[in-house]
Amino acid sequence: MKKFINYLNWSMLAGSTIIVCLFLIVILIELFSKGLPAITIDFIFKYPSEGMTKGGIFPAIIGTVLVTLLTTAFAVPFGIACAIYLGEYAGNSRTTRLIRAAIRNLSGIPSIIYGLFGLALFVQAMRLGTSLFSAGLTLGLLSLPYIITTTEESLKRVPTTTREAALAVGATQFEMIKDVVLPVALPDILTGIVLTLSRAAGETAPILFTGVTFYTSGLPGSVTQEFMALPYHLYILSTQHQSVEQVRPLAYGTAVVLISVVFILNLVAFYMRYKRRRYD
Amino acid sequence: MTNNKKLSTEGLNLYFSEKHILKDVAIGIPQNKITALIGPSGCGKTTLLRTFNRLHDLLDYVKITGKVMIDDTNIYDPKISAVEIRKRIGMVFQKPNPFPKNIYDNIAYGLKVNNTDPYRIPQLVEQSLRESFLWDEVKDELKKPAIQLSGGQQQRLCIARAVALRPEVILMDEPCSALDPFSSLKIEDLIRELRKSYTVVIVTHNMQQAQRLSDYTAFMYLGQLIEFGTTKEIFNNPQHDLTKNYVTGHFG
Repeated sequence: MKKFINYLNWSMLAGSTIIVCLFLIVILIELFSKGLPAITIDFIFKYPSEGMTKGGIFPAIIGTVLVTLLTTAFAVPFGIACAIYLGEYAGNSRTTRLIRAAIRNLSGIPSIIYGLFGLALFVQAMRLGTSLFSAGLTLGLLSLPYIITTTEESLKRVPTTTREAALAVGATQFEMIKDVVLPVALPDILTGIVLTLSRAAGETAPILFTGVTFYTSGLPGSVTQEFMALPYHLYILSTQHQSVEQVRPLAYGTAVVLISVVFILNLVAFYMRYKRRRYD
Repeated sequence: MTNNKKLSTEGLNLYFSEKHILKDVAIGIPQNKITALIGPSGCGKTTLLRTFNRLHDLLDYVKITGKVMIDDTNIYDPKISAVEIRKRIGMVFQKPNPFPKNIYDNIAYGLKVNNTDPYRIPQLVEQSLRESFLWDEVKDELKKPAIQLSGGQQQRLCIARAVALRPEVILMDEPCSALDPFSSLKIEDLIRELRKSYTVVIVTHNMQQAQRLSDYTAFMYLGQLIEFGTTKEIFNNPQHDLTKNYVTGHFG
């Protein structure tokens, strides 16, 4: 009887895992079987033409890359600095617990709210207009709580014995953090950052009101211009186009490109961890 | 005891939040001798050891009252930084904890943060590796990650790291407990060598090790210093019943 229950438990757990994996496989097969035929050199390197029924998605790819770079520039330095302060200096008082809880809650806010906030603050109040800059700042805000949380967790995982080793040879707290704690935590921190950025790259709602546009005739020449982006382009092709049926292959192609970008970012995170592990 | 007291405490009390860990400890640790701190787990010997180089500083729930002195300097004088104290009082930990750096940098790091003249660092690294009997084993692979050394080698590296700063005192928290008997004996030989130039305080659970190694022994129990004397006295002619029971293996 006990053996049977054990087997039942095992099969329920294994079954759940298989079902989840099946969904993933079905999604990927669906996407790639319909999207891959659309992907050609021209699709990657040409502009959309004839009302987006022909041509490629080059400006959307570049737009997504640019806005993600801006997001990185805004969110990473602030996120890491914030996490170091909270994790290493701020201690554990009622106030810091409140701040931590607030940051964790921020990561639960729907992304459309970030979009509206970005519109109100960056686009209108700060008069940055709908632009790459506003969109990058908005995505940066969205990414900050994730970066702070994952970085703080990574710092916390650095063993006390390693920290004490640094203190015992006369390092100051800052030297300890800079020379010993950060290098040890870096692979974990970078992984968190790359995963966060890959999520930001796929977001539509935060850039919807703050800078993305459905068509530009050229690449954005400066951060004050509007831009095209892969997730928004996909949204347009699948819901807003006059002949949705006709552009469906292009939509699937765009989805494949978007998912590939995210997948490559994830591979980068994986590779960084692997490389650091070997050096330790 | 006629020797100079290198480290001393007077009326030392230490609390973890409300918990009274060290109770009115008064001890004078003689210079250039090896002093062993023994006692059952939880008696406060490691806590006492860590009081000497202010390793409790970063924990805000630790409260310390009383005097802790190195020579005539109050270790907890607010005008003195912990960094300054830790340069004078080195420490070796229970588990080898090399930095995630290569062998050379493991030793050079302490020198760098203490503003040693960069030209002197290579020479000091070699010297401290020689003093730790590690030089011959690692001289050809100084750029190898320290983590790839064996446990015993890592612990000797940690001792070299402490020695490199030319401290006055070296604190050791059960430095052999994570090592095999052969590596332990090597470390013990090394500690005996260190006595010539340093004052050594060692926490140990190993009665034989305390007898083999130390000149003086302090027995602690439930946060109190029960008895302190030469190792011979403590092991052969203990004055206190608790000490007698402990060193003869009746409890602990």
